Amino acid sequence: MDHQNSLSLHEQSSYVKLEVCGISDHELSPKLTEMGLYPGRQIQIVFKAPFGDPIAIDIEGMMLSLRLEEAALIKVKRIG
Amino acid sequence: MKISKVALVGNPNSGKTSVFNLLTGLNQHVGNYPGVTVDKKVGHMTLATDHKVSITDLPGTYSIYPRSDDEQVVIDLLNNPDHPDYPEVIIVVVDSANLEHNLLLFTQIYDLRIPVILALNMSDVAQRRGVEIDKLKLSEMFGGINVIQLNSRKGTGFDDLKKLLLDFKTSDSFYPFYSENSEAVLSNLDDPSAQILETEQRFKKIRKYLNFIEKKSYTASKSLSRKVDKVLIHPIAGYIIFLGILFSIFQTIYSVAEVPMELIDSVFFSSSHWLKEHLPSGVLTNLLAEGIIPGLGGVVIFVPQIALLFLFIVVLEETGYMSRVVFIMDKLMRPFGLNGKSVVPLISGVACAIPAIMATRTIHHWKDRLITIMVTPLMSCSARLPVYTLLIALVIPDVLILEIFNLKGIVLLGLYVLGLVSALLVAGVFKFLLKTDEKSYLVMEMPGYKLPYFKNILYTILEKSSIFVWQAGKIIMAISIILWVLASYGPGNKMEEAVSRVELPNNPTDQDDYESEVNSARLSNSWIGHLGHVIEPGIAPLGYDWKIGISLITSFAAREIFVGSMATIYSVEQDFNDGSSLIERMRSEINPATGLPVYTLASGISLMVFYVFAMQCMSTLAIVYRETKSWKWPFIQTVYMTTLAYLSALLAYNIFN
Repeated sequence: MDHQNSLSLHEQSSYVKLEVCGISDHELSPKLTEMGLYPGRQIQIVFKAPFGDPIAIDIEGMMLSLRLEEAALIKVKRIG
Repeated sequence: MKISKVALVGNPNSGKTSVFNLLTGLNQHVGNYPGVTVDKKVGHMTLATDHKVSITDLPGTYSIYPRSDDEQVVIDLLNNPDHPDYPEVIIVVVDSANLEHNLLLFTQIYDLRIPVILALNMSDVAQRRGVEIDKLKLSEMFGGINVIQLNSRKGTGFDDLKKLLLDFKTSDSFYPFYSENSEAVLSNLDDPSAQILETEQRFKKIRKYLNFIEKKSYTASKSLSRKVDKVLIHPIAGYIIFLGILFSIFQTIYSVAEVPMELIDSVFFSSSHWLKEHLPSGVLTNLLAEGIIPGLGGVVIFVPQIALLFLFIVVLEETGYMSRVVFIMDKLMRPFGLNGKSVVPLISGVACAIPAIMATRTIHHWKDRLITIMVTPLMSCSARLPVYTLLIALVIPDVLILEIFNLKGIVLLGLYVLGLVSALLVAGVFKFLLKTDEKSYLVMEMPGYKLPYFKNILYTILEKSSIFVWQAGKIIMAISIILWVLASYGPGNKMEEAVSRVELPNNPTDQDDYESEVNSARLSNSWIGHLGHVIEPGIAPLGYDWKIGISLITSFAAREIFVGSMATIYSVEQDFNDGSSLIERMRSEINPATGLPVYTLASGISLMVFYVFAMQCMSTLAIVYRETKSWKWPFIQTVYMTTLAYLSALLAYNIFN
C-alpha cells in the first residue's frame, strides 16, 4: 500500500475529518481492520484522554478507543 | 428438523447476554473450557414438552479469527464438527443500530455453512436512532435465511424465535458471500494478510448490501452520548466523578453488606452452639459443630460482598461507563504492567479481593490479567479492618497532629496507602518477570450509554455467587477442617493435662471464666499451639511471641480471625463492639524473657505492616486457583506476599524499636 503522502492518525487533531488510507503491517492490523478501519472509511478523533493517550475515534457512528501506538499504525488523509 | 444444540454468537456489545438470559432463564450453568481460563456458559430451554434445546453462549467476538483465548474458543468449536457441543443452529445476535460492524461476523459464519438465524437485537435502539432495516430483503440476499427482530428490553420477538427453533427449516439456497467453500475461509486462520484482505472485501460488500437493506435518518440519540462523554471523560471532571462513584460504591458496600454478614455470622454461630448442646458429645459432633458449620459460615459470609460488588460492576459495564473508566485510567496504569481494565478489579480489592479477582475476567490480555490477580490481595480489604483497629487502639497514642488530624486516623490511612503503593510497585516487578508473546492492546469499542437490564444484573450476581460457593467453597471447606483439626487436637495428652490444671469454678457465676480458661488452655496446647512455639524463633525478630504466632496461623483462614484467636488465647470475652477488655489484657502482657511489654509501638506497627502484606486468606487462594486454573499462581502469590510481609515487618520493627 502507498502511504507516502499519508499521515499517521496519532498526530492528528480532534474533530478533523479524516479518511483511512491504509494500515501498517503489524500483528494488530487484522484486528484494526475488523473494527472497521479499512481504506476509504471516514473517521475523526472525538476525544483524547488526559496526557493525550488513549484517543477515541468516531468510525461513522461507532466510537473506538485506541492507544497512540495503535493509532500510529493507521494512515490517514485529511478530507473536506 | 428437530434440533437439540444451539449456539449464540455475536459481537461483545450486541446484547447477546441479554438474549441468552431471556432464552434460558435460570436454567444455566457455568463450566470450563479445557485448558483455558474461559468460562463455558450453557443453558437449557424447553420448546415443547418433549423438545429441550441446549444453548451455548459463546464468548463475544468481532470476527472468527481469534485474538484472545476467549475468541479462540469460538473458532475451536465452529471448526470442529465432531465436537460434542457443535451446534446444529447458530443464532447470530447483532446490534441493529450498528449493523455494518456486526454483519462482518455474520457473513463469516454464514460462509462456514452452519445453519443460522440472524437475530436483529436492540431493535428499539435502532428505531430511536432512525435506522430502519428491511428484514425480508436481508433474508433474501442471503438465500432466504431466517431473520428475526428482538427487543430484549421488552422481551418481544422471543416467541417468534422459539417458534423458528421448534420447527427449524434450513434456507432454500446458499449464496456464498465471500467464498464458495468454507475451507477457503478457514485456510486464512494462519494468514494475517489474507485476513485483512478478506475483511476489507467483506466490509465493502456489506456496505453495498446495506444500501438495499438499511434506511438511516440521523437523530439526536447518538449525540446525547457524546455530550455525556464530554463530562465523564473530561480531564478533570472525569476523575472527580469516577472518584465520587467509587466512594459511594464502597460506602454502600461497607454499610449495606454488614447487615447480612452479621446475620450469617450469628445464624452459623447459634446453629453450631445448638448442635453442640443437642447432639451426643463426641468427635463427630465436634467436627460438625466446630469444623464444618463454621467452615460453611466462612464461605457464605462472603456472598453479600460478592453480590453487592458485582451489582455495581455489572451496572458500570451495562451502562457503558466502564469503558470510559478504562479510557481515562489506561495511561496511568500502563507503567505498572497493568491496563485501564485493571482499575476496577484493583480498587474493588478495598472491599474484598474475592469478587475483585473474579472481576478480572474482562481483561482479555492474559499477562495484564494475571498481574492484576497477583497484586489485588495487597489492597487492604475489609477483613483487615478489625485487625488494624485492634492494633491501632493498642499501640498508637491518642494525639493530634497539626492540631486537627488524629494520629490513629493517619496510621490507618497510611496502611491503606501502603497497600495501594505496594500493589502498583509489585505489579511493575511482575511486568518484568513474566514473559509473554502476546502484546497488550486497547482497541476497544465504547458503546453508547444505555440503561442496564435488571435480569443481566441479577443473573451475574447469582452466577458469581454460585461459582464462589460451589467451586471455591470446596477448597475453603477442606482448609477450614484441617485448621479445625490442628486447633482441636494436640500431641499426646498435653491438652487434657493443661485443661485439668485449670481450676474448677467455686460458684456458677464463674462458669464463663472457667470456659474461657479451658479454651485458652486447649488452643495453647493444640497442634497449632505447638506450631506457634515452633515458629517463635522465626518471628521473634519481628517482635512477636508464640501467642501471636498462634494467631498468625489461625488467621490464615481469614484475617479477622486474628482478633478472635487473641481473645481465646488471653481468655477474655470476645466483644467485637468494644474490645476494651482484650486491649487491656494485651497491654498488660509481659514478655517473660525481657520483662518488657509484648505489645509496644514497634511490635504493634510490625504486626500491622505484616497484615498489610501477608496472604492471610484461604478464600482468596481458592478463587485465584479457580481463576488461573493452576496451583502455581496461588502458590507464588502466597510465597511472595508472606516474604514481603516478613521483611517489611522486620524493617518496621527495627525502625520503631
